[in-house]
Amino acid sequence: MGTAYTPPTNPDWWREPIERTEIWWIVLAFAWCIFMFVWMVGWHFVGPQNMSNEAYRTTVEAYSAKVDAMTEKYTIREDEATGEPVVAPPPGSDVYLAAMQWQYRPILELKKGEKYRLHISSYDVGHGFSLQPENINFQVYPGYEQVTSVTPNKTGIFAIACGEYCGGVGGIGHHSMLGRIYVKE
Amino acid sequence: MATTTMSDFRVDPVSGLKIHRTANTLVKWNAFAAVVFLLVGGFFGLGVGLTRMPSVQLLSPEIFYLSLTAHGLLLLAVWIIYFEMAVLYFLGAHVLGSRIATPRWAWAQFWLMLVGTILIVVAVLQGNSSVMMTSYPPLQAEPHFYLGLIIFAVGALIGCFVFLGTLVVAKREKTYQGSLPLVVFGGVTATVIAVFTLVSGAMILIPTFLWSVGLVSHIDPMMYRVIWWAFGHSSQQINVVAHISIWYLIASLVFGAKPMSEKVSRGAFLLYILFLQLGSVHHLLSDPGLTSAWKVVNTSYMIYLAVLASMIHGLTVPGSIEVAQRRKGLNTGLFTWLRKAPWGNPVFSGMFLSLVGFGFIGGVTGVVMSVEQINMVIHNTMYLPGHFHGTLVAGTTMAFMAVTYWLIPVVFQRKIALAGWAKWQPYIFSLGAWVFSIALMGAGTLGVQRRHADITFAGQPLAYQYPEIAKGLMDLGEIFGVVMSVGAIMYIVIVLASIFTGERIKEDSAPWPKVEDADVVAERTGNKHVGMWGMEAPGTFILAMILFATIVLYYFVNFKYLSTIWGLS
Repeated sequence: MGTAYTPPTNPDWWREPIERTEIWWIVLAFAWCIFMFVWMVGWHFVGPQNMSNEAYRTTVEAYSAKVDAMTEKYTIREDEATGEPVVAPPPGSDVYLAAMQWQYRPILELKKGEKYRLHISSYDVGHGFSLQPENINFQVYPGYEQVTSVTPNKTGIFAIACGEYCGGVGGIGHHSMLGRIYVKE
Repeated sequence: MATTTMSDFRVDPVSGLKIHRTANTLVKWNAFAAVVFLLVGGFFGLGVGLTRMPSVQLLSPEIFYLSLTAHGLLLLAVWIIYFEMAVLYFLGAHVLGSRIATPRWAWAQFWLMLVGTILIVVAVLQGNSSVMMTSYPPLQAEPHFYLGLIIFAVGALIGCFVFLGTLVVAKREKTYQGSLPLVVFGGVTATVIAVFTLVSGAMILIPTFLWSVGLVSHIDPMMYRVIWWAFGHSSQQINVVAHISIWYLIASLVFGAKPMSEKVSRGAFLLYILFLQLGSVHHLLSDPGLTSAWKVVNTSYMIYLAVLASMIHGLTVPGSIEVAQRRKGLNTGLFTWLRKAPWGNPVFSGMFLSLVGFGFIGGVTGVVMSVEQINMVIHNTMYLPGHFHGTLVAGTTMAFMAVTYWLIPVVFQRKIALAGWAKWQPYIFSLGAWVFSIALMGAGTLGVQRRHADITFAGQPLAYQYPEIAKGLMDLGEIFGVVMSVGAIMYIVIVLASIFTGERIKEDSAPWPKVEDADVVAERTGNKHVGMWGMEAPGTFILAMILFATIVLYYFVNFKYLSTIWGLS
C-alpha cells in the first residue's frame, strides 16, 4: 500500500527493514565511492600527472617583465611560420608563457624528457591553456601566475588553443587564438 | 488570513488529488512559460549546433557567440527553472491537497522571472553581451544583462519561499497526515539547494552589476568563479533532485508502485542536501590558487556521498517499478516486468529513457570527469557540452517532457492532441540527445574545444588541425543534434496543440486511466512474495551491475589515457 505521492502508510517507516536488493547495492556502491576517493588522493603520491598547487598573485606589468626577460635571454631563432622569436629556456629553468587576446606567446622550444617550471598568466581576460594534441587543459587568469612542472614525453609540434571564451572581433578571436611549443630530442 | 471554500478546489477523480484552482493556474502559467522559452532557446541551440558542424558552419562568429549565450541562459536557466516552479507548486499544493500560500507573491515570482528573462534576451540580442552564460569578468556585458539575471533569480527565490510557505499551510491546516510524501520531500531537497544556489547567484551578480555600471572598480576573476559556480553548478543540482522526484512520481502513477524503502530514498535525498553543492568545485579543478586538498574533498562531494545517493535513486526507482510489476503478476524471469512495461505510454517511456540516459551518459561521465586529475584532459573541451547534454537534456529535460504528458490532462484538463506523435517523441528526442552527447564527448577527448565558432583555425599562421575523426564526430554529433531538435519541436507542438485545441476533459470525468495499487493487487491475488535469489528486484540489480561495470571500466580507461600524457606536477 502506498505511493511516492502520498504520506508513508507506516508512520514508523524509519524502522522498516531494508530489502536485500537495496542493501547489496548500497554496500557495493559505497565501497566503490571509498575506492575512488582513495585512488584520487593516492594518484597525488604515485601518479606522474597531477595539478600543481603552486600559484602567485601577480600583475600584468610584473609578469610581462619576466616574459620579456626570458625571451631576450633565450631566443634561438625566428619561427618559420610567423617570423617571431622561438625561445628555448634551459631544462629545469623557469619558463614564462603569456595568454593575451588572441594568442599565446612566446613560441617555446623544449627538450623531451626534461622538466621545466612552466609559469602561465594572462595579460587581459580569462583564457584557457589547452595543449594539443596532448589535450592538457588549465584555466588562466590575469593577476594569477600558476607554476606547473611539465615534462614533455614526446617530440613534435604542439599547439596551444584557448579553452575559455575570451571575446573576439570578426573572424579573429577566441577560436583563432593559438600558441606553439616545439619539443625536440 | 485567507479562508478557502470548497469551490476553490476541485478533485481529480482518478488520483483523488484535491486541486487548489489558484495553484493550478500558477502551475499552468509557469509550465507554459517554460515551454515557450524552450522553443526560443532551442532555436538558438539549433543555430549553435549547425555552426559547430564543420561541414556546415552556419553562423558568423559574432552571431554564433551571441546565440550560444542566449541558448545557454534560456535553456539552462529559464526553461528549467520555470518548469521547476510549476513542479514545486504542484508538489506543495496539488500533492498535499493544500491551498497555495501567498498567491500574490507567487504571481510576483512569475512576472519577475519574465521581466528578468526579457532583460537578458534584449541585452544579448543587442550584441554587446555575448559573454556566455558564465559571464566571467573581466569580460563585461551590458548592465541590464546582469540586472536581468538578478531579477530572474529574485523571482525564483520568491517561488521557493512560496513553496515552503505552502508546506507550512498544509501542515497547519492538516491537509495530510504523518510524514511528507516522498516526492514532496524531494521538492524540499530541491528547494534547500535552490535557496543556497540563488543566494550565491545574488552574492556574485550584484557586485558584478555594480562593476558594469562603474560603481565597483574590480571583480577578481577567481573569486567570481568560485562564487558563480556555487550558483551555476548548484542550479544543475536542483534539476537532478527535481527530475529524480519526477521519476518516483511517475513510477507510482503508471505502475501503482511504492518506494522500495522510504528510509533509503529519503536518506539519499538527505545526502544531497548535505553534500551535493560541493560539486560546484568540478568547474574549478584546473584553476590556479586553489589547493588540491580543497579540490579533492569538494570534488568528491565528501568521499562521493552524493554520488552514492544518485546510485541509490538509480536503483530504487526502477526497483520499485519491478516490485510493482512482479506483484501484479509479472513475476517470471529477470526482465519480464520490463519487457511488458507500457513502452507506448510517453509518460513511462520518457521517464525510463531519462533514467537510463542520465545514469549511463550523464552519470558515468560525470563521476569520471570530476576526478581532479582526469579533469586536466577534458576540462573545457567538447566533452563538457557532451556531458551536460547527457544530464540536462537526456536526463532532466526528458523527465520534464515525460511528466508533461501526465500534467496536461490533470492540470490543463485537456486530452493529449497528436497522441501518435507523443508516443514517438521520447524515443526521437532521446536518440538525438544520446548520440549527440556521446559524439561530442568523443570529439572532446580528441581535443576539440567548447565555445569555438570555428574548429579549423582558418587563416592562422600557427594553424593546428584536429584529427579528421574529431571533425567527423562533430558532424555526426550535430546531425543527431538536429534529431534532438526535431524531438523538442514535436514536444512543443504536442503541448501547444493539446492545451489550446485538445479535447476538454470535464471536471468529474477521469483525465487518465486508473492504475491499481500494486500492493492491493498482490493482497487480492496472494502474490506477495516476489523476485528471486532472495531479492525482490533481481532484474534491477542486474541492470545496476551493468552500470557499475561501466563506471569501473570507464574510470580505468581514462586513467590509462591520463598516464600517457606529459608529466605534470
